[in-house]
Amino acid sequence: MTRRQLWQFLTSHIDLPLLLGVSLLLSTSVLVLYSADNASLSQPINQMRNIAVALTCMWLVAKLPLHYLMRTAVPVYVLGMVLLIGVALFGEISHGARRWLSLGVMTIQPSELMKIGVPLMMAWYFEKNEATLTLKNYLVAALLLLLPVALIARQPDLGTALLISASGFYVLFLAGLSWRLIGIMFVSGLASAPVLWSVLHDYQRHRILMLFDPSQDALGNGYHTIQATIAVGSGGILGKGYLNGTQTHLDFLPERTTDFIFAVYSEEFGLIGNLILLSMYAFVVVRGFTITGNASTYFTRLMAGSITLTFATYAFVNMGMVSGILPVVGVPLPLISYGGTSMLTLLLGFGMLMSIETHKKLVKT
Amino acid sequence: MNKQAEFKNHQREIFHFQLRLVVSIGFVLVLLAILLVRLVYLQGVRHSYYQTLAESNRIYIIPVVPNRGLILDRNGVELARNYSGYTLEINPNKTADLDATINELSKLIEVSQKDRKRFKKLLTESRDFETLMIRSRLSDEEVARFAAQQYRFPGVEIKARLFRDYPFGEKTSHLIGYIGRINESDMKLLEDSDLDANYRGSDYIGKTGLEQSYESELHGTTGMEQVEVDANGRAVRKLSSTTPVSGNTLALSIDVKLQEIAEQSFGNYRGALVAIDPNNGDVLAFVSKPGYDPNPFIDGIDAQSWDELNNSPDVPLNNRALRGQYPPGSTIKPFMALAGLSFNTRMPEQTIGDSGVYYLPGSSRQYRDWKKGGHGSVNLFKAITVSCDTYFYGLATELGIDNIFNYLSRFGFGKKTGIDMGKRLENGEFDGESLGLLPSKEWKMKRYQQIWYPGDTVSIGIGQGYSLVTPLQLAFATATLANNGVAYKPHLVREVRSLRSSENRFIAKDPIYDLNIDPAHLDLVKRAMVAVTQPGGTAVYASLGAPYQIAGKTGTAQVIAMKQNEKYDAEKIDERHRDHAWFIAYAPAEHPKIALAVLVENGGHGGGTAAPIARKVLDYYLLGKVPKPLAAAEVKEASEHD
Repeated sequence: MTRRQLWQFLTSHIDLPLLLGVSLLLSTSVLVLYSADNASLSQPINQMRNIAVALTCMWLVAKLPLHYLMRTAVPVYVLGMVLLIGVALFGEISHGARRWLSLGVMTIQPSELMKIGVPLMMAWYFEKNEATLTLKNYLVAALLLLLPVALIARQPDLGTALLISASGFYVLFLAGLSWRLIGIMFVSGLASAPVLWSVLHDYQRHRILMLFDPSQDALGNGYHTIQATIAVGSGGILGKGYLNGTQTHLDFLPERTTDFIFAVYSEEFGLIGNLILLSMYAFVVVRGFTITGNASTYFTRLMAGSITLTFATYAFVNMGMVSGILPVVGVPLPLISYGGTSMLTLLLGFGMLMSIETHKKLVKT
Repeated sequence: MNKQAEFKNHQREIFHFQLRLVVSIGFVLVLLAILLVRLVYLQGVRHSYYQTLAESNRIYIIPVVPNRGLILDRNGVELARNYSGYTLEINPNKTADLDATINELSKLIEVSQKDRKRFKKLLTESRDFETLMIRSRLSDEEVARFAAQQYRFPGVEIKARLFRDYPFGEKTSHLIGYIGRINESDMKLLEDSDLDANYRGSDYIGKTGLEQSYESELHGTTGMEQVEVDANGRAVRKLSSTTPVSGNTLALSIDVKLQEIAEQSFGNYRGALVAIDPNNGDVLAFVSKPGYDPNPFIDGIDAQSWDELNNSPDVPLNNRALRGQYPPGSTIKPFMALAGLSFNTRMPEQTIGDSGVYYLPGSSRQYRDWKKGGHGSVNLFKAITVSCDTYFYGLATELGIDNIFNYLSRFGFGKKTGIDMGKRLENGEFDGESLGLLPSKEWKMKRYQQIWYPGDTVSIGIGQGYSLVTPLQLAFATATLANNGVAYKPHLVREVRSLRSSENRFIAKDPIYDLNIDPAHLDLVKRAMVAVTQPGGTAVYASLGAPYQIAGKTGTAQVIAMKQNEKYDAEKIDERHRDHAWFIAYAPAEHPKIALAVLVENGGHGGGTAAPIARKVLDYYLLGKVPKPLAAAEVKEASEHD
């Protein structure tokens, strides 16, 4: 294999703009983690390993032609459902929630798998019934969404349930769900809010209440929000400088390598840094929408649109939660927070986007 | 046709999808805008607010408590001092089961029942998150023993602290007072006067005596250490610091040796003695008997000891010198004599015939002299020397209550002397003394809604009736008399010394007023007072063998009123109903260096119990003579009856 061939092999089916945007965010991740981990190398190195594994998976998925991708929809979804039921029956309880399933050698969190599995399954279902779409099809698709969401919400993992709902809803929306139905869903959603409130766990209600007045419980549930808001606000326009965040380095910020890493970044790089970060996210999202617009099949359009919108939603929810406008729901900052699972899920999604972009000419329209 | 329809369908579908895509992009833009607005608000608009919060998160100000000022006597002897020692302290917030912890601790270090009681009391008074003392004054061995086992006791720690100590104990208890832990009401007062910032970290505040009245001098200025702390409250580094300024040293006018001698001279008697240098107002001795040991009060006295002190019939917590109010008895006579001379009611050589009984004109009510049968022909000189009651009955009646009130109030009766003891007021004066009582027509109307009767005036002439004085007031009046009517405000603190500026401030040195008494009147009364301690006087033993002349006056304050024809018999009367004995004196008579008032509760007659105490004080002060330890009772009955 010549050098040229090797290059060809490595870069074929890779969307370079998307790779560029993703790489910028991943580099930022390692940089911020070094600071968030108090200038220790252990988490940045682990994160680089996570990134390497996830990038490899992305690369593999990008090479996967679309019909293979479609074929994985049903098995992934079914496997996900089986595992979710398994969690409900035999799952391990940790921090008061039953989210993990022990497989002997490793424990997995099946809800992560469903972040891909649900939109994949729904897009596949719409593709199958593209020619004869009726209201019944939307209802079936909605059912495909609600079953796993209900199981995840029961664990309870409200954050993930809401995000999967969002990704499923984006598929329904892009698939052309009528505005009237969207309106009905919205209104009935509002109407069921009191019912939903009554089934929420105390700690979940607490988190929502905290949003309105975190000082009510400054040392308990409000602590995260208060300290994160202080970190962001005290960063100012220019930030306190890399490795100089006092909230970060004096331990005031909780979970600062994972869910609250945005506070670390904001404190040290300020508003200017945040504008740069938002630009990086915007760049990735714009590229995602471009790919969506270029997509050649119904399935790929739905899939690409949902992946892109979900990514944007993740980023918004995390930043909103850290800056105190959304309740604390345990959503990591995509591509930046420390952690292997979410990194893998996200990059698998970007792999699909790349596959959609690079395999479209091979597929008959 | 079919194919075309399908194509059209496809076109429309693409169009619909692109519409949805545009809506999606719009949705993302809205999310982005929300975030931008929020971030600009937090990091731009509200930046300084959050900056302050972040700073207060990370910067912790540790107060550095200043050393409390010392209290020295006029010769530099320490009356209140500090020494460093170790305490064992418990943080109740970090200790799960307090009782179990204390029980476990007591196996290691002796924790007495008193310590436990005190700890319980501290617990109820404690402020926020402070640690509370369970044991103080640990020995080195106890410190070592605990240090080895400390891991077993979370929330329990050894602290090095400065302790206050009063080496003279009960001998100076009413003078020095004591400090105690700051409680809620102290805190409220500090907050009201905006002093709470300076008391951050301070545990103690002056509660009584000079510790209270000079709190603002003694406390000092709290220093500060700014440290950066992490979220666990661990200090990471020191940012800046200001050193505390120690409290000022008080140099008293008290001579503690004199104080001790005065205190011991009381023996088992209760009473008070105040000695003043008439030339400048220096208070030389300030005794209230019985005293109490002030040291246990510092860290909170246990309830049982407190009850014992508080409920004792001897009321040891009462500062008799400052707040005890007694009828002046015959000690008022020299002042009454001056009033009589001043208003020309009596001429020096004018005599009266004393048959032992006085009748108000037109009344059959008897006012008896202390001496049955009377003193015969009595002039003013003799009236003082033998303490003739009949003379002063008549004098008082002729002077009238208004003149008596006006004249005696000039000597400070019925008023505060202004001594520097008690709670300090905002105008710099002190609120601790009792006023005594110098009766007047207005007073009686106000108090009893009754007019003043001529009969009320008669007993005022011999210091009975409504009249009340404090030992301090009487000492002050005696000093003013000794100094020929030039009054100096009595003061316990002579000098306030600042360690930092090495600047010394003197307390009031100038006379407050001059009564401008006619020298001839003064001379007569003073000669009579000298004669009191000479053969023929009521206190002859007071000056027996003294190489200097003593001017004095005895007095007896009735505890219970006698019926018209009842005879006073000390042996028959319950001890606590016996009369109080007074003696006022100054010496040397020609150039007085010391003036004093002695009160002996239930001491009987002034010449017998009070005068010998005065003599010992005078001997020490003027001759440096230290008396053999002896009880005042030994010279009882040595003097003629008052």
